Amino acid sequence: MIQCSTVQCSGQEVVERRQMEVDKVVCLPRLSRVAVCGGTHGNELSGVYLVRELLKEEKKAMEEEEEEEKPVSVVLVLSNPWAIQQCRRYVKTDLNRCFTHASLNGPLSDSAPYELIRSKELNTLLGPKGSPEAVDLVCDLHNTTANMGLCLIAYSDCDWICLHTFKHFQRQMPDIPMRYIHFDVPKEESYSLDSVGKHGFAMEIGPQPHGVVRSNIYTAMKFGVQHMLDWVRFFNSGTIIEGGFVDVFTMVKHIDYPRDSETHNIIAAIHPQLQDRDFCLLHPEDPLFQTFSGETLRYKGKEPLYPFFINECAYYEKGIALSLARKRRVMIPAIRVQTEQEQQASEQGFGSEEEE
Amino acid sequence: MSAYKNSVCFNEARRVAIFGGTHGNEMSGVTLVNLWVKNSAEIQRKGVETKPFIANPKAVEKCTRYVDTDLNRAFSPENLSAPGGDDLPYEVQRAQEINRIFGPKGSPEAYDVIFDLHNTTSNMGCTLILESSKDHFNLQMMNYIKKAITPASCLVLLNEHPLLKYSTSRSVAKHPVGLEVGPQPQGVLRSNIFEAMRVILKHALDFIELFNEGPVCNTLETLLAEMEYKFIGMEFPPCTVEVFWVSERIDYPRDANGNIIAMVHPNLQDCDWEPLNPGDPMFQTFDGKTIHYQGSGTVYPTFINEAAYYEKQQAFVTTRRETLVASAIRKA
Repeated sequence: MIQCSTVQCSGQEVVERRQMEVDKVVCLPRLSRVAVCGGTHGNELSGVYLVRELLKEEKKAMEEEEEEEKPVSVVLVLSNPWAIQQCRRYVKTDLNRCFTHASLNGPLSDSAPYELIRSKELNTLLGPKGSPEAVDLVCDLHNTTANMGLCLIAYSDCDWICLHTFKHFQRQMPDIPMRYIHFDVPKEESYSLDSVGKHGFAMEIGPQPHGVVRSNIYTAMKFGVQHMLDWVRFFNSGTIIEGGFVDVFTMVKHIDYPRDSETHNIIAAIHPQLQDRDFCLLHPEDPLFQTFSGETLRYKGKEPLYPFFINECAYYEKGIALSLARKRRVMIPAIRVQTEQEQQASEQGFGSEEEE
Repeated sequence: MSAYKNSVCFNEARRVAIFGGTHGNEMSGVTLVNLWVKNSAEIQRKGVETKPFIANPKAVEKCTRYVDTDLNRAFSPENLSAPGGDDLPYEVQRAQEINRIFGPKGSPEAYDVIFDLHNTTSNMGCTLILESSKDHFNLQMMNYIKKAITPASCLVLLNEHPLLKYSTSRSVAKHPVGLEVGPQPQGVLRSNIFEAMRVILKHALDFIELFNEGPVCNTLETLLAEMEYKFIGMEFPPCTVEVFWVSERIDYPRDANGNIIAMVHPNLQDCDWEPLNPGDPMFQTFDGKTIHYQGSGTVYPTFINEAAYYEKQQAFVTTRRETLVASAIRKA
């Protein structure tokens, strides 16, 4: 079992030391089935066009009968077809909040919103969530209007598959600014599509307006998906993948826009000195908002934090002007895929992870 | 008496409207108009009644471009006279109502000026949109605005193309002025874009006051002096205005089913107003191939990658640069 302890260091970074030794290799089950999902929000177009393109290539590859020994099975999904068709984020309700256990297992009334019906369909296709039949890895493609570069968003800061995938991205795409964002939500409360797989993450790339595809953003996403699949095949091949460290941004809180108490309309915009400065450390008293009469409203928190999702269009209605994160360095162990014997042994109930 | 040949007389511009939310998700205009509806001090000018107005309230409420149909294409003569009342699409009903309040379009009772505030996802900066090359009042206004904001820039787009021209909400007025500021994603409010739009409107209203009344305050006189702006005996001298004249609409490459198969090329993305030469990269297919511009000469593209135009079969429009001459104008 892996045990974690936290040692407080000076400054803002907390270095986490695992009680296992750094040169131990963690063995993890093979990743046989990977899902790549686009259009979970119908107006986030890079993922929509990329999945469509991958579906075309897949069709062509099947016609040419290319075969790989023990290939990774890639499931390509357009998550919210009705929203895609209308080029909207969602039709009735945000699909990417419909994957809680309660939503997936609850009863379906006649008047259930479209997205609740769809989340159950996706759970049948890619899950069921929490069961051994679920796909091994879900990569859910998103765009944001915020200037975030490429972000891998996950519920865990110790899912080695996600963290190693991110490390691989950093090595393969050094020119693209990228970060690992950790939403510290317990597994039982996870709500997004990527929580349906045994492992999962959202690949969020911005800035891109909704309803638009920008070639540089599309290309970054295309390479991201390609590198992810390459890494999965590499992992499955049995090589020991060496460990290292990843800087993880853990979400701490959101800040809403200042609003008019009667109409609830916003009364200030993100300050020009904060706009587009995702992941630039925000200090107490730094400008946050500029009211329409020109007054500066400042950050009143005590702790310097890293802002992200600054001025994301879809978050106005969720009451979020920006989110704030703490950064810390996480050590990740070397990993390799379990051999067939190890896999059988673990399926017989000796636990799913072993150290050698 | 005019100091110039061919000086054109116009009535005083007494009734002016500022439309925000013609498209409900273009946030700068929505925000500015809501602000001015609450407190109109900033837009008051001597001798002018300036009315801030939310053109498409249902679309603003839903933060969507339109509910049934694009309001900014709805002001055709057919629509404005269509019977049917409540059975008509929401925006057609709304167009008829706007025409009653601010028009009738084409009549002497119509408002003098309507400013129509828009945002675009394209990297167009501040753009003034002109509907007629012969509207000397508007040309003089645009010349004034451009000089007032120097060294910042504000370009003029002229859409007089018989096929590409469309029936805008502002076309109800005698002098329609479009103001398009980008880049800004739909549904998002960026403070730099908001402030830029606000400054342009300030100068536009100053121009109208100047036209009607002459320089009425010290600050305006000082500004005119700084601009080295000649204004003699309540008359604006002739001037030239560089415009970008809309030529052609270019659609995305599509397959046999009408699906888009390529994106604006990275070399063209964000390059609004920069020359596009024959042979230059124009689109990039999803599998990485480049499609080149095949036109016969250099053009100046704009509205590059505007979100709302995917459904209107437009990746960008091409324009040609022209210099228009505006006659001297004065108040009647």
